[in-house]
Amino acid sequence: MSKDNPSQPSAAWAASYEEEPSQAGVPPSPGGMTALKPFGWAKDNLFNSRLNTVLTLICLAILWFAVPPVVSWVLLDATWTGSSEACREAVGACWSVIVVKHRLIFFGTYPFDEQWRPFLACGLFVAMLGVSGVRAFWRPWLVGAWALVLVGMGVLMWGGVLGLTHVPNDKWGGLPITLMLSVFAIALAFPLSILLALGRQSSLPAIRSICVGFIELMRGVPLVSVLFMASVMFPLFLPEGVTIDKLLRALAGLTLFTAAYLAEAVRGGLQAIPRGQYEAADALGLGYWQKTWLIVLPQALRIVIPPIVNQFISCFKDTSLVTIVGLYDLLTAATVATTDPEWRPFFAEVYVFAGLVFWIFCFSMSRYSQWLERMANRYNRR
Amino acid sequence: MSNAIIELRKVGKWYNSYHALRDVSLTIGKGEKVVVCGPSGSGKSTMIRCINRLEAHQTGHIIVNGTELTDDVKSVEKVRKQVGMVFQNFNLFPHLTVLQNLTLAPIWVRGMAKSEIEEIAMMYLRRVRIPDQAHKFPGQLSGGQQQRVAIARALCMRPEIMLFDEPTSALDPEMVKEVLDVMIELANEGMTMVCVTHEMGFARSVADSIVFMAEGSIIESGSPAEFFENPKSERTRQFLGQILEH
Repeated sequence: MSKDNPSQPSAAWAASYEEEPSQAGVPPSPGGMTALKPFGWAKDNLFNSRLNTVLTLICLAILWFAVPPVVSWVLLDATWTGSSEACREAVGACWSVIVVKHRLIFFGTYPFDEQWRPFLACGLFVAMLGVSGVRAFWRPWLVGAWALVLVGMGVLMWGGVLGLTHVPNDKWGGLPITLMLSVFAIALAFPLSILLALGRQSSLPAIRSICVGFIELMRGVPLVSVLFMASVMFPLFLPEGVTIDKLLRALAGLTLFTAAYLAEAVRGGLQAIPRGQYEAADALGLGYWQKTWLIVLPQALRIVIPPIVNQFISCFKDTSLVTIVGLYDLLTAATVATTDPEWRPFFAEVYVFAGLVFWIFCFSMSRYSQWLERMANRYNRR
Repeated sequence: MSNAIIELRKVGKWYNSYHALRDVSLTIGKGEKVVVCGPSGSGKSTMIRCINRLEAHQTGHIIVNGTELTDDVKSVEKVRKQVGMVFQNFNLFPHLTVLQNLTLAPIWVRGMAKSEIEEIAMMYLRRVRIPDQAHKFPGQLSGGQQQRVAIARALCMRPEIMLFDEPTSALDPEMVKEVLDVMIELANEGMTMVCVTHEMGFARSVADSIVFMAEGSIIESGSPAEFFENPKSERTRQFLGQILEH
């Protein structure tokens, strides 16, 4: 018996990727019997033609030359706990820089003795995100739980009550900034993008032009300039004496930018809904919002889960651009960590580490979206 | 006719420069079964889609159960609540189960309680003979079953009038009968029905009158006996010759 039943994943695959069934690249092994034997499998899949044999050999050669040096740099020759002198003598990676600097990378300029607070806030936040992803927890109490967690995070981060010292948010930095900016930007941009996409299809010319204008403006401008405008120009339009927090301005910029891109992804889904669905809803007497909410969006959003999550991931990584308006996200904090003269030679390790943290979050989103897609497309099964 | 439930008076419609309906006038009485037939492009689908304003007419008047259809959203809403429609391609909502397809509109449009309408929906599913499919998704059903679900879905809104737009045209031949049987039952219960179809057997046995359309106009209308035995116009004879040959 083969460990994994081949019919099951392929059925799910066909359900969620109907339009590109051959995406896997490797053709399914004929018969399936040979898959039990590694040699038979290799013969069928890696050496089944002259071209494939050559390609396989080239790949093996690349692996042969690339893997050993990487493994020895990352693991075998690496320094894990030594001083910077020990690192300078070693040939491998210097992971001690992470051990020494991780607090700075994760929490930036937040007061050192109070860093348990952002740690706890991030923990709560990530745990809550995890809980929100589970279908069994999609109940009304989840909204209340979120309200509580957000208040709790606010208390932890700002302090000033319950005997916690006040930490103004220009002292915040690192992971909390990256997480909060991206999650709030996504959470705000998503509903906004749905309205924009619907507005773009509206029969009312005024609404349509506003939405098209906004989307095209935002898509036509680099995020860096949007952030600059939000940070520098926006305050000019405010009445004197009124200031809006820098973090909030960056969040607004990021939200609007992401919403424009998301709107186009959502529009793709809207256009995929057959006209008959609208007509059936009309004929049953459903109003515009009922039709949109009950019939159109549930189908349209399922279709565009991949591009939407793509945009979420992109937004998560884009938060590192807020450094240009003077905010310390995770990557900026990592850069600051490399400016210490003692550890300066080991900037590569710091960036590898920061990259790893980003990757963990992005990869989780990607895996989650695959599960979501399978679950959402259940109704396609026959 | 005093008990007219649908009245079309000199209705005209254009798609840009294409003249889809030309002065169509038709009166349908309560409980009457009307079969509309004609060659493709004759405007028969357009006409019945005007009756619940899936298409808007441009000239003339359409009055459904005392409400004139206008640009006023209220009048459209009022008419749609009283008119059920069955489409050629079923148009079931694929993301909802069969039962949810049936209960959605009564809950949201009529404000009915879920438990109440679910009971009614099951009753209709029994009548169209598929109560055991209630918790499946439409994609898991055959075409004939889907179309019967679509009929039950329309009936759950308790309509006064049922419109059928080529309900059997997208079905495999062996499934046509199960759908027609349900429609015949419905007709026997006294429902007002307007049906665009090429099923001449159904027309002959069920219809009170048959309307023949070509090029956007009603060429002739009359009882099935008149229509089949003694068609008045050459165009009708030609059409009947073509579809009855086989």
